[in-house]
Amino acid sequence: MLDADFFRRWMAAAAASVDREAGRLTELDSAIGDADHGSNLQRGFAAVAAAVDKDATATPGAVLTLAGRQLISTVGGASGPLYGTLLRRTGKALGEAAEVDRDQLARAFAEGVAAVGQLGGAQAGDKTMLDALLPAAEALGSCFRGAAEAARAGAEATIPLQARKGRASYLGERSIGHQDPGATSAALLVEALADTARAGGAEA
Amino acid sequence: MKMLINVPETVVADALRGIAAAHPELTVDVENRVVVRRDAPVAGKVGLVSGGGSGHEPLHAGFVGPGMLSAACPGEVFTSPVPDQMVRAAAAVDSGAGVLFVVKNYTGDVLNFEMAAELAEDEGIQVAQVVVDDDVAVSDSTFTAGRRGTGATLFVEKIAGAAADEGAPLDRVVSVARQVNGSSRSFGVALSAVTTPAKGSPTFDLPAGELELGIGIHGEPGRERRPMMTSGEIADFAVEAVLDDLRPTGPVLALVNGMGATPLLELYGFNAEVQRVLTERGVPVARTLVGNYVTSLDMAGCSVTLCQIDEELLRLWDAPVETPALRWGR
Repeated sequence: MLDADFFRRWMAAAAASVDREAGRLTELDSAIGDADHGSNLQRGFAAVAAAVDKDATATPGAVLTLAGRQLISTVGGASGPLYGTLLRRTGKALGEAAEVDRDQLARAFAEGVAAVGQLGGAQAGDKTMLDALLPAAEALGSCFRGAAEAARAGAEATIPLQARKGRASYLGERSIGHQDPGATSAALLVEALADTARAGGAEA
Repeated sequence: MKMLINVPETVVADALRGIAAAHPELTVDVENRVVVRRDAPVAGKVGLVSGGGSGHEPLHAGFVGPGMLSAACPGEVFTSPVPDQMVRAAAAVDSGAGVLFVVKNYTGDVLNFEMAAELAEDEGIQVAQVVVDDDVAVSDSTFTAGRRGTGATLFVEKIAGAAADEGAPLDRVVSVARQVNGSSRSFGVALSAVTTPAKGSPTFDLPAGELELGIGIHGEPGRERRPMMTSGEIADFAVEAVLDDLRPTGPVLALVNGMGATPLLELYGFNAEVQRVLTERGVPVARTLVGNYVTSLDMAGCSVTLCQIDEELLRLWDAPVETPALRWGR
């Protein structure tokens, strides 16, 4: 079972991963966006890590809801509301339970991903974070590691796509041939989840 | 790349401290990143709030003051502000008559302002939104995030701001703003790429002998690259692109806007060419504004925005305005 502490460790791992990969995310964003994806998420997840660390008594749902609120309040751009909604809606779907299992998380995460699609009006294949999140949500029903692999594969599969949402969409055909930075950071978030599960012995 | 900054992390806060020092007629909350006209809230007046990424100065903080915006919230460089800033700005300017958010059509701006509108309404503030989307370079809008908001933002903020200052109710201010946006089109050209403080090198590679046609204001490349053209050829291309979409049947306002690194000598020369094309096409120009108003950091280049006006819009355009970057009539 996964308790609030597990979700705190997930957020801390995500913050560390985004911090480590910020340069790469910004480099990907400079090809088809405006070169700030790494620094924006770095700022947001640093705030998330600090906030969930201070909030000692929360449930899994409360940890993710708080993390989502932090992202909305600190990131800006499109990724603030989109990542914020992902975590907030996942957190809300987890409800008040003190512990949840992977199946419950998978169902809640799928709700969070659906909310992201609704907010951004994007679909699979639009070259957005959904291209990593949708396959990850599906695979999370079976295992953590599979979700991480699905997210990574989904992010890499954005390379030949033409962007239809977000700032990259203005490039038209010139967006083809570049990996989507949002799908890349989404894969980092899911990989941080799998790493946290493995470190905590919850791998399954 | 050499820049007049301390460190990239503090460029926005440093600029806000500088705005505060230069403009005592504004209240600048550096920590929360909100710029408000000092006499806000003005009793009975609709509040006008806009905001967006920093790097487009004087947009938006430079347009705060009587006759234009009530408040502005600058985000990080090229990154939309967060809802907290917008709600704070709305609360600071709301006199009970409601608040209009002027939003440029970029995914981040739209999403954050939408969230802010919900939060502000929870606090009992009546909020309306107008999304500016004037950029004709985004042609196949169904396959993109839609037309970007660029130069027409200045027209919307000035004309709707004048209506609000006259005491027009919120629904009237909204309809004026929508009319201005619906009557405005823009086209932009880049002669060089942008260098953001965080990245420190140009966001795309633009060789000396080439230019980008159809750019926005965030350093993203345009739709097409061509060998360098003369000022007259660029004016032909840009004005034709705007007119083909706008098809004006009466006089227009013209904004010849610099992207940040093009000198006024060149902008005025370009304006002469813009006026030539408009004359050739039989389009009367009621007013012209030339300068760096909706910029993209250190990008060299320009944009043309035309707005078809009627007598009422022209009267509101001519109404007094007193802001750091736009000031006339009082």
